[in-house]
Amino acid sequence: MTKIYVSHNNIVSCLGLDSETVVNAVRDELSGLGLVEDAALLPVPFYASVLDREKLTVAFHNLNPKKNYTRLERMMILSLDEVVKASKLPLNDRVGLVIATTKGNIDALEGASPFPRERAYLAQLGMVLKDFFGFQNEAIVLSNACVSGILAISVAKRYIRRGVYDHVFVVGGDLVTKFILSGFNSFQALSTMPCKPYDEGRSGINIGEAAASVLVTSSKENLAEQSVEVLGEGTCNDANHISGPSRSGEGLYRSVHSAMQEARIDVKDIDFISAHGTATVFNDEMEAIAFNRLGLGRTPLNSLKGYFGHTLGASGLLETVIGMHSLHQNTLFRSLGYETRGTSQPLNVIHRTTPRELNVFLKTASGFGGCNTSAVFKRVKDWNKERR
Amino acid sequence: MKKPTYHIKSYCHIRENTVSLNGVELFVGNGPNFPVFIKSVYKKFKVDYPKFFKMDNLSKLAFMAAEVLLTKENLGSGVDNNIALVFANRASSLDTDRKHGASIEDDNSYYPSPAVFVYTLPNICLGEISIKHKLFSENSFFIFDGFNAEHLFHYSSSLLDLNKAEEVLCGWVDLDENNYEAFLYLVSKDVGTKYSVKAINSLY
Repeated sequence: MTKIYVSHNNIVSCLGLDSETVVNAVRDELSGLGLVEDAALLPVPFYASVLDREKLTVAFHNLNPKKNYTRLERMMILSLDEVVKASKLPLNDRVGLVIATTKGNIDALEGASPFPRERAYLAQLGMVLKDFFGFQNEAIVLSNACVSGILAISVAKRYIRRGVYDHVFVVGGDLVTKFILSGFNSFQALSTMPCKPYDEGRSGINIGEAAASVLVTSSKENLAEQSVEVLGEGTCNDANHISGPSRSGEGLYRSVHSAMQEARIDVKDIDFISAHGTATVFNDEMEAIAFNRLGLGRTPLNSLKGYFGHTLGASGLLETVIGMHSLHQNTLFRSLGYETRGTSQPLNVIHRTTPRELNVFLKTASGFGGCNTSAVFKRVKDWNKERR
Repeated sequence: MKKPTYHIKSYCHIRENTVSLNGVELFVGNGPNFPVFIKSVYKKFKVDYPKFFKMDNLSKLAFMAAEVLLTKENLGSGVDNNIALVFANRASSLDTDRKHGASIEDDNSYYPSPAVFVYTLPNICLGEISIKHKLFSENSFFIFDGFNAEHLFHYSSSLLDLNKAEEVLCGWVDLDENNYEAFLYLVSKDVGTKYSVKAINSLY
């Protein structure tokens, strides 16, 4: 069967505008979360990771844009541009584009937006990105709550396996907006402090904004040095509740099982888990139950929400990119914000950033609507030999 | 490698005040608007599922189309029906997004509601259908500018190719202001209409 790789990659976030800068910040245990006091966004102060407007404007200007682009479009274009260039691929009819987002240009619905309200239609976002780069195929926009970013890699893989494309560029992105903050706040899900995934003192999520991009390809030519092979992936629904996680972690359990079955690997082969860990009481508890049911209670695990907040549709993709670099650097990254176990079942949460020989990691995400997605990635050790 | 052949077992439409199954009209409503019409559909098919009334319009539309189609399939209870859900539309959840947006627009009447906010994602309707029919299966929601049979064909086929699902409930569920349209069909490895982009377009 055709092997599928995740290769060139980029992250645009408040910790930097490229993967290397962002990963260095994570290795140095720097958090992108900060206190925001802006009544136009939320009546009360909140913690979030927000991209510096000025930095984004300057970096985007260097691409010589000919039209006006929304903030999210600029983030996504900036992110994807680096990956498209690094891939050196001609954008012909064998190349696909998958976009992962929960809310896209939702800020276009706000009265103050200089863009027409139609810009909030997600297919428009697809057309804007397609036209900027000159993709030949219509963009496939995926909007599947907080699993969108990681599910987008599954979608790309499935399209390649199906023989429709040889290469697929995947870009994920979401913004910190009044729309999102007011909604999560109405759920009383926002923490008033920097979030603490899996910790006994955890009190909810922080929202973050980011864009992340990867190339998913069946070709071994010109692979990036952090490249991984997609060994398996799966998505399963909890069939339980539209906003609350399942108490037994059923969907997450089944999605990990589906991914591992396809990967034909055993629990002991997984070197670490890049988990979802939103720092809400119920989500983290659900994950602890599911991972223990799977025999993964002792596997080193982190949540990266303490660095980036919850970046919604971007999160699964962004965290996969960090995981790829983690394998490449043979380093387990600390799960920032964690001190004392706060789940009923044990988890091996990574206390400090540690060198360790690594080969395989499991990425998981869960979201509203009861969806759960898992994927297993293995480092491409001989990337240097495999590239021409 | 030769690709296996799949089949469309059955299909359902809800549009223009009409519900039909496999091309046969089952119900014609005369509601002045979508909420009244979909409630009459719920009553006609005797669903008895109080959660229906908490759903947003998009979920009600998707839920009833799935209900009409899956009831006919007589899904056994207590067994795992590995039916994946692959839906697409044009307007995402914008109908409910606008409601949430209106509730936070004015500082003097700032009342965001979690019951509204949770529906500001298009895939929530997949969750509603999964809960009703106990489907622990693959879910994905895609957005396109218009009905895209080619995408539905390839993505649902890939799930069957990779044995991620035994059957796929697939289709287009779109709701935007006064316009609504649901077209769902069930793809399986069993007998039926031969599955192709052309077949999808002709049934649509």
